[in-house]
Amino acid sequence: MGKYIVRRLFDLLPTVVVVAIIVFIITRLIPGDPAAVMLGPQASVEDIEALRKSLGLNDPLYLQFFHYVIDLLQGNLGVSLTYNEPISHLIMERFPNTLILAASALVIAIFIGIPAGIISASKQNSLMDYAVMLVSLIGVSMPIFWLGVMLVLYFSVNLGWFPATGMGSMEEGLIPYLKHLVLPSITLATIPMATFARITRSSMLEVISQDYIKTARSKGLGEFWVVCKHAFKNALTPLLTVLGMQISMMLGGAVLTETIFSWPGMGRLIVDAIDKRDFVVVQGTVLFIAVIFVLVNLFVDVMYKVVNPRVNYSSSKGGTK
Amino acid sequence: MSDFLLEVEDLEVHFRSSSSVAKAVNGVSFTLNKKETLGIVGESGSGKSVTATALLRLIPNPPGKIAGGRILFEGKDILALSEKEMRSIRGNEISMIFQDPMTSLNPVFTVGNQIIESIRTHRKVSKKEAKKAAIEMLQLVGIPEAEKRMDMYPHEFSGGMRQRVMIAIALACNPKLLIADEPTTALDVTVQAQILDLMRHLQDTIDTSIIMITHDLGVVWEMCDQVIVMYAGNTVESGDVKTIFDRPLHPYTWGLLDSQITSDSENEEKLSTIPGTPPDLREPIPGCHFADRCPYAQEVCFSKKPELIEVEEGHTVSCHFQTKEKRLKRKEKAYHG
Repeated sequence: MGKYIVRRLFDLLPTVVVVAIIVFIITRLIPGDPAAVMLGPQASVEDIEALRKSLGLNDPLYLQFFHYVIDLLQGNLGVSLTYNEPISHLIMERFPNTLILAASALVIAIFIGIPAGIISASKQNSLMDYAVMLVSLIGVSMPIFWLGVMLVLYFSVNLGWFPATGMGSMEEGLIPYLKHLVLPSITLATIPMATFARITRSSMLEVISQDYIKTARSKGLGEFWVVCKHAFKNALTPLLTVLGMQISMMLGGAVLTETIFSWPGMGRLIVDAIDKRDFVVVQGTVLFIAVIFVLVNLFVDVMYKVVNPRVNYSSSKGGTK
Repeated sequence: MSDFLLEVEDLEVHFRSSSSVAKAVNGVSFTLNKKETLGIVGESGSGKSVTATALLRLIPNPPGKIAGGRILFEGKDILALSEKEMRSIRGNEISMIFQDPMTSLNPVFTVGNQIIESIRTHRKVSKKEAKKAAIEMLQLVGIPEAEKRMDMYPHEFSGGMRQRVMIAIALACNPKLLIADEPTTALDVTVQAQILDLMRHLQDTIDTSIIMITHDLGVVWEMCDQVIVMYAGNTVESGDVKTIFDRPLHPYTWGLLDSQITSDSENEEKLSTIPGTPPDLREPIPGCHFADRCPYAQEVCFSKKPELIEVEEGHTVSCHFQTKEKRLKRKEKAYHG
């Protein structure tokens, strides 16, 4: 297991290199001149040219890439063209905000979505089952931007219960801070929650008809234990896959949610950077998100082994036995 | 209170679908004495497994339902117990082992965990004591290096070993009744014999009664004291093993016996089969359920259902032509198809 984790961490390197190359090329392909955007429409051609030169934008691509790689190897993601700050600072400033939003959304999604799926499966074809499935279908189909706006309209504008935008600070106290968190978390949680409910249900239904569930019942175990211990642990594998994907996406910055609620997270950082042609920021943040993806996937792979002893990582190829 | 460990009277189990009701078990009755082994034989779909599952009230509802009858276990009416009382019987006083040991153990828990769970569900013992008891159980069912094997997962065991583990789980609380639903069907022939030996040995050790569900008459002959032959949800014949093998009376039992391979079967000889398939239990059948496939069937068999009558002491049969007064003559090779 330990060896497997170390090997997977080494596998991270080629992934990061490939992502670095792709991101570098793509950011150069985006139309528009960063120097012109930075200086605004009034700037003279000379000023723009001077800025391009100082930013190294006139260098040939291979030279730019070379500098970029050298910087990367030194752990330097570069300096933002617009913020004039090292990218690592920007990420460290924004990522915790994204983390807080993602974590609270994940808590909502897991603690509502998974139990809903379990109940739905154990009461298959009941009114409860139909209700959960209908709500989750609406959940997965609802566009986030629309849901976010509706929540703001109703709970902020009409009822005034929660602030419409921004992220509170702890200095104002815990309650106002949490109030800021409520609407963005619900918005971000809706799709994962509905997905978890549906995946949990289908996976549980498959498991619940297995012989070992009959064995568990014949031992005299209560239905709660049969479902939550014997069935759920077996149903976890497909759920983990989806969980991993959702966590990665949330940590990568919830672009729409963060934009609607002006949440100062990674998603907003990237959108702003693209808007301002700040390709250094785009490069750095996308690379950072790629690493997060790989790490979350590694975590999910390790969890597979924890929940399912039949997963065998000791062979050279890995996979299941 | 009666002396019987188990009395089943007129058990009826129905499965409901949107448009019809299938009567999977249709008025089955039998009794079981302490330390006795009862065999329930019949082909697939005859209702033998459903009968066994009904004894533990584990029929999935919906679509299944115990529609009638009585099940008395040590005089207690199983069908009248609360779910909580029923749970204290399952795995404790009545245990069950299933056909396929490859799927009846939970793949994500260790074997030790699964035995300990069974013990701790019914006994107020510490984890340590339960673990000790579990190791003893594994030793009892003949698993070498029991202590080491406690921490292994089912996929690390062979089929025969898994069935031993299942038996260990089932017997962990010294049940008074063990229901074995085709316990050897999924196993190799040599392993089958070992498992049967083990069950017989354990029956002597812990004084348990066994209900053995099987379609293998060889197993019945080896293991059972009493037999009931089921067909399409009905008992067609019952009696003690010797009577059923020596003087079988129902044409279906004849068919089953004819389809066995015996040591004196000749190489070239074609194996007998009972032509046709069991009837659709969703359709009403006015006559004998076996009439369609019975080489002896006459008009009355299609219009009137035969009663189950005692033709000699302890030997009952349900056939219009097998009564105290009249007997049907068994034809040689009636089932050769």
